Amino acid sequence: MNLPAPSPGGDGRAPASAGGPSPLQRERARTIFQKGATSRRAFQCPPPDVPEADPDELLPARFRRREPPRLPEVSEPELVRHYVTLSKRNFDLDSGFYPLGSCTMKHNPRLHERAAALAGHARLHPLQDPERAQGALELMWRLQGALAEISGLPHVSLQPSAGSAGELAGVLLTRAYHEDRGEQRHKVLAPDTAHGTNPATVSMAGLEVVKLATDAEGGVDVDDLRVKADTDVACLMLTNPNTLGVFDANIEEIAAIVHGVGATLYYDGANLNAVMGLSRPGDMGFDIVHFNLHKSFTQPHGGGGPGSGPIATSERIAPYLPRPLVVRREDGSFALEHQRPKSIGRLRGFHGNYGCLVRAYAYICSLGADGLRDASEAAVLNANHLLARLCQKGVAEYLPLAYGRLCMHEFVLSGGPMKRELKIKTLDLAKRLLDHGFHPPTVYFPLLVEEALMVEPTETETRETLDAFAEAIAAILAEAAEDPAVAEGAPYSTPVRRLDEVAAAKQPVIRESL
Amino acid sequence: MLEAIGVDSVGEIFDRQIPAAVRLDRELELPEGLPEQDVYEHLRALAARNTSAEEELCFLGAGMYDHYVPAVVDMLCERSEFLTPYTPYQPEVSQGTLQVMFEYQTAICELTGLPVSNASVYEGPSAVAAAAYMAKLHNGRRRLVASAGLHPHSLETLRTHAHGYGMEVVEVPLTSGSAGGVTDPDAWAEAIDGQASAAIFAQPNFYGAVEDATALSQAAKAGADPLVVAQVDPIVLGILAPPGECGVDVAVGEGQPLGNRLDFGGPSFGFFAAREEYLRRIPGRIAGETVDVDGRRGFVLTLQTREQHIRRERATSNICTAQALNALAAIVYLSWLGRRGIVELGQLLLARTHYARQALAGLDGVSLQHEQPVIREFALRLDADVAAVKRRCARQGVNPGVDVHALSGRPEDSGVLLVAITERRSREQIDRLVDVLAAAVAAERRSTSEAVGV
Amino acid sequence: MAEASYPEDLLYHPEHDWARVEGEQATLGITWFAQDALGEVVFFEPPAVGTSVAKDAAYTEVESVKAVSDVIAPLSGEIVEVNGALAENPQAINEDPYGDGWLVRVRLSDPSEREALMDAASYVSSLAS
Repeated sequence: MNLPAPSPGGDGRAPASAGGPSPLQRERARTIFQKGATSRRAFQCPPPDVPEADPDELLPARFRRREPPRLPEVSEPELVRHYVTLSKRNFDLDSGFYPLGSCTMKHNPRLHERAAALAGHARLHPLQDPERAQGALELMWRLQGALAEISGLPHVSLQPSAGSAGELAGVLLTRAYHEDRGEQRHKVLAPDTAHGTNPATVSMAGLEVVKLATDAEGGVDVDDLRVKADTDVACLMLTNPNTLGVFDANIEEIAAIVHGVGATLYYDGANLNAVMGLSRPGDMGFDIVHFNLHKSFTQPHGGGGPGSGPIATSERIAPYLPRPLVVRREDGSFALEHQRPKSIGRLRGFHGNYGCLVRAYAYICSLGADGLRDASEAAVLNANHLLARLCQKGVAEYLPLAYGRLCMHEFVLSGGPMKRELKIKTLDLAKRLLDHGFHPPTVYFPLLVEEALMVEPTETETRETLDAFAEAIAAILAEAAEDPAVAEGAPYSTPVRRLDEVAAAKQPVIRESL
Repeated sequence: MLEAIGVDSVGEIFDRQIPAAVRLDRELELPEGLPEQDVYEHLRALAARNTSAEEELCFLGAGMYDHYVPAVVDMLCERSEFLTPYTPYQPEVSQGTLQVMFEYQTAICELTGLPVSNASVYEGPSAVAAAAYMAKLHNGRRRLVASAGLHPHSLETLRTHAHGYGMEVVEVPLTSGSAGGVTDPDAWAEAIDGQASAAIFAQPNFYGAVEDATALSQAAKAGADPLVVAQVDPIVLGILAPPGECGVDVAVGEGQPLGNRLDFGGPSFGFFAAREEYLRRIPGRIAGETVDVDGRRGFVLTLQTREQHIRRERATSNICTAQALNALAAIVYLSWLGRRGIVELGQLLLARTHYARQALAGLDGVSLQHEQPVIREFALRLDADVAAVKRRCARQGVNPGVDVHALSGRPEDSGVLLVAITERRSREQIDRLVDVLAAAVAAERRSTSEAVGV
Repeated sequence: MAEASYPEDLLYHPEHDWARVEGEQATLGITWFAQDALGEVVFFEPPAVGTSVAKDAAYTEVESVKAVSDVIAPLSGEIVEVNGALAENPQAINEDPYGDGWLVRVRLSDPSEREALMDAASYVSSLAS
């Protein structure tokens, strides 16, 4: 595959496309399995301190492994060097702007890591007797209370492992609620702007998803909702503000229609960062909400996990919540309540991702009520500032805002005009941004916007960073107007350049050959 | 800023977008925000009210274990470059994370003896449920046959999810008597009929017993040929026959023992490995090898058409991410342990566990709950109230193990104590457990007989 | 195949599928337009011989790197043969959509259904609209 050479003319127009591979590019990727030497090691096994016994007597030969697993054989210095070198092949939030729409890449305070690493949290066994885990249970109970207040829904389970697990809990809760009332409802409504997890979750919960159209303002098409809302509908799943960054102005009417047919209203909390302390899902009429603690409540994303997806519910849904819940007893002590006869049961082992709960709780303690509201206000202000910068001449004619004029915490641009007039696609723009030292926004989502570019700056970025990002976008568009081949060939400065995903999918190689 | 946006105040941005009726007209009822040092003190004080494995001799297990986490794991997991990026959507600037996933997948394949692994799922019990969903997508049958030797949390998680998938769970009991403690082979064979989508067991099982995995797999294949799924403890796979060699189709499990801390139960990760034919049905992220335009080796997320963001309602799972940071800890840990180390560690666990089991079973009022081979955990039956015995031990700074009845709720588990051994528990510490438990059981039996009114 | 083409001897379905009717059997596949919109095909798992397909309903899927598309049956019948070579060489669907890239052969259950399909000229004009 021959793509155009970097920066034709070599006039320095492209900021990071110097000739020749960089040192990182020169190093061919070798896995840890290709390093080291036979019998090299870091681990020292404690010497045997119990009487020797015949291993065959302890574990019969037919149960034993014949050949050791071919794990790496490296010393500690090699191990450290390998992974530190590998780490440098990543772009990370601590190093640069990461405006990935719908992911809320806000700064991760280091205090949280220190607090979570305290032995009283990090080396606490999940089956420690509750009387000797009172600090952990109290933390969970306080977090439940804070999330209830933030969402306006009084009952909270911290168990779900991530947003998708919270969603599954929500749909199973809805099912349990209807089944308990003797009703079998099989449809779940979701807008066509919904995250892919919504329909995937609905299938896993044994229900069927029905798509709702989007109106001209980017909200739910209320007429379409009226037609589709019937007594077969178990639930409407909604993100508000939605994936277009639009707060649905008809939310009260939507809630009335959904409740009118006896269905529940589910709030996908992916975008809660826009409304903390400003508007509450419970007050909007939602029955169930999931939180993405790794978004609004700032967990480090770890390269894709771990996260945490607690749920909050109204009174009528509460009896079905996963078990156990953390409760405070009359004597002021804290306990795990397992006796919940109508519960949908467990979603996972133990009590949820406690390490993430510690961080989220630390965040809420740091910010307090006014701080959370300030965070949401600043997130929305930052998004609107960046949007205003991108609405200027030189950009807006190629990357128009898909819906609305103002936005909440994120906005979606359409790269359609850019593709037609400048002959570069959203993907090319994204790849060229890498050469400017920025992580690109989310691309090609939501699906109903042509060549979509979804930008979420978050509240923890400075105005200077936002301005520099807007300037980079303008520079890439100006460069494309002169020569689209530059963006089409980008990136040039990264550890590797564009990768052949077709080859990877066609003949999958998903482990090292040993 | 406001002028460029075209509003007079920040409030106006909200007023123009959020209907007044759903605006919150008061401040949230939460405590005032605190400066960093005060938050730290608060969280430290909460931590101090927990008794961690640092402060007592901990023999707790049942899914999570107090193994030593080497310093290199902490150091590498704290690096910004691994800690703070998102899912590797832009592979050109995510080669670190993607190669880690690829290496992790390689290690899991080696451990399990199966050719295909994903980049991890949330944790152990939900990995069992994910395997069951894959079985449903594969053969469309509606029954899940599950050994009672699975962890109670796995069984309950499976039931919760199976209700959603529209599947029923049939539990196969364990044997009793002198050959007791493993999945009953007759009941297992009988339960696996033409409607059996998956047949699931744990290795070693919840009570610590090593199952005859080959016999269970063969019996399942000889029956209606469901997917054979094993929930496996990964740390013992240095010495225990890998599931792939025992006829198992899908091996899943809790990854915490591999370099992850206890964290009161999470976050950790679940591993998910399978035979080749299931490659396009497995859930979650998968990293694959490829080349860039200049021919350099590189890695990408691959086989994405399985996933929710593309296949939506027909996806193989709703999972979006892996547990990337926890899987990083695992591959660093496994590399630290190394090919020989994982065998030596397994042998050490085997020897110490055997020593502890013999010594404890010899005490008055203590007997073996089963006599099957064990590797790192075993079940005892106490002739005394387990909770009361545990309270007595705690006063001596020893946590002797898990009160199984409190966890499972099964009447037959009354009086059962599950004891786990890690490489951190030396002979000296095991001897101390023996002394403390002996005294606690004796004292408890004495006080009970006194209370009964002699 | 770089150039668009729509052979005259085929019948076309509006969902971008073609049928080559030969007596009581027909060979089915996807059109040049469909493969171009999908991008390079990386995976095709054929349905089982013996399964029935119904006109206007999906009977299989084709996958590119970042898309999965349902393939709609232009005619009803029972599958009598599948193109096994596509397992190794799915890009034949891109390179030769009307030849080596055929998907399945069916025994027609209602040959009169063909009356509802388009000829090449009508299909091409439907693409332009």
